[in-house]
Amino acid sequence: MMVAVVREVSAVSAGAELAIEASGLVKAFGATRAVDGVDLTVRPGMVYGLLGPNGAGKTTTIRMLATLLKPDAGSARVFGHDVVREADAVRSRVGLTGQYASVDEDLTGFENLVLLARLLGYPRSQARVRAGELLAAFGLSDAADRQVKKYSGGMRRRVDIAASIVVTPDLMFLDEPTSGLDPRSRGQVWEVVRALVADGTTVLLTTQYLDEADQLADRIAVIDDGRVIAEGTSGELKASVGAGAVHVRLGDPSRRPEAERLLSSALGVPVMLESDPAALSARVSDAQQVADALAGLSRAGVAVTDFSLGQPSLDEVFLAITGHPVSEEVKEDAP
Amino acid sequence: MTTTTPRAAAVDGTLRSVLSTSSRPPRPSPLAASLTFGWRALLKIKHVPEQLFDVTAFPIMFTLMFTFLFGGALAGSTGEYIQFLLPGILVQTVVFITIYTGMGLNADISKGIFDRFRSLPLWRPAALVGALLGDVVRYAIASTIVILLGLVLGFRPAGGTVGVLLAVALLLAFAFALTWVWTALGLVLRTPESVMGVSMMVLFPLTFASNIFVDPATMPGWLQAFVDINPVSRLVTAARGLMGGTVTVGQLGWVLGACAVLVGVFGPLTMRLYNRER
Repeated sequence: MMVAVVREVSAVSAGAELAIEASGLVKAFGATRAVDGVDLTVRPGMVYGLLGPNGAGKTTTIRMLATLLKPDAGSARVFGHDVVREADAVRSRVGLTGQYASVDEDLTGFENLVLLARLLGYPRSQARVRAGELLAAFGLSDAADRQVKKYSGGMRRRVDIAASIVVTPDLMFLDEPTSGLDPRSRGQVWEVVRALVADGTTVLLTTQYLDEADQLADRIAVIDDGRVIAEGTSGELKASVGAGAVHVRLGDPSRRPEAERLLSSALGVPVMLESDPAALSARVSDAQQVADALAGLSRAGVAVTDFSLGQPSLDEVFLAITGHPVSEEVKEDAP
Repeated sequence: MTTTTPRAAAVDGTLRSVLSTSSRPPRPSPLAASLTFGWRALLKIKHVPEQLFDVTAFPIMFTLMFTFLFGGALAGSTGEYIQFLLPGILVQTVVFITIYTGMGLNADISKGIFDRFRSLPLWRPAALVGALLGDVVRYAIASTIVILLGLVLGFRPAGGTVGVLLAVALLLAFAFALTWVWTALGLVLRTPESVMGVSMMVLFPLTFASNIFVDPATMPGWLQAFVDINPVSRLVTAARGLMGGTVTVGQLGWVLGACAVLVGVFGPLTMRLYNRER
């Protein structure tokens, strides 16, 4: 129901040449429908986030758009070129950084970039100049002559992204660009994405980190089980869930059942029990109700040590849409 | 939540300058792209020289072992036997090395790098042709080692230097053609180990049930029939002919025809499998 409301927003914006226009994409592996009817509309110059847990179909969607997989059904155009019939035209405008380091680990960082530059058509001397420039820009000059297998995770990511922008693509696919990175390396990747966009590149990135989608993406499609279950800006997605959420933390966890009863009758909505045994939360539409509800707790002698009222996080959005939180799935795959 | 460290800011500043200077050069020709992939194969040899072990130590081991084990019994003396054995052991050595191409391709696919290559606007067979060109270097190294060792052990080819070089050239052409079989396998099977296993299963009968080690005249009729149609035997016969100066057009034609058939069948098959999604 909410899905329909949010989708209308993107349907209106179709007009000038779109960076990505996909409709009804389907890809099955055996009996599993990894992608099951995905529609996407991405305007040029934006960062578009595909958000979802592992196995949701994000990577398969990207691989179809990057011409690495043929869709079983549906169609997709990248800058007006069909990804199946005009694959070469698409390839000449996109760059891809896969989920796993797509550089040759036996070669040095410098050799990897020269290799890519040569494959993209640079003459030998220019390829070497270009490789040097890119390594300097990504802070990898000192590591230029070391094999990539000896790089740290963050350095590997950077050389990987550098390899994707030897010729700056019009559309860049980033498949989970910050998975497994420390916060500092993550921040650096974000800066790279922002610089790319400032330069006019369109970015399609997948992530299972909600804050990453929130920070970077102009629009977000939430994917689960091979389907887009919600689409819109981060603000629209949050608004579709409700005005916000109230979080309450009690002084005494044993009073939680009583607090739950009081809050739910005062707010008129179900109250969620959080994993912290002293915490509760509820979606609300009106701040006045919250004030009344908190006053009710106080009258009943239930001590509140902390409370907050705010916009819902994307975690809550995901939970509200799918009925299960993102974090559960992430843990399964964590190294 | 923004983690703008001074380092990240510096990265950002220079990054924009790198982005804005770039313009797309014309796409490389099929030959240039293939040679670039060949360069990659050579770089891998440079960084992982251990992989040359199989093209240096094994040929030496095989040549010495078979010469001294069988030489006296089969030909009266090792000196006599090496005249017969050397072209054969050369063929066996190089034919076995071809397996590694399929394994290498398989290993590449399991990492992400093949996705990147496949997402480039390139002549598609370039990645494979380039890898094969790199492998020709390995075959040439192995051939040189075997021939030099043979000369030390008393091999005296009547066909002279030209005959030997032509024999090696024919062998390299055959190896290049045969490798397409293993690349197809490398694209179908799941692990490098299984590629190796299947390739060995094919190569052992082809090399041992051949005329490499002994004259097939003493073999039972059914085996002689197999040895006769075995392409490895035909290749060995042609190589012996070239090195001994007695080659016939028919012998050469058969081998070159076999090369054409291998490339004609397994080349397109490999490309089909390569372009197939996974």
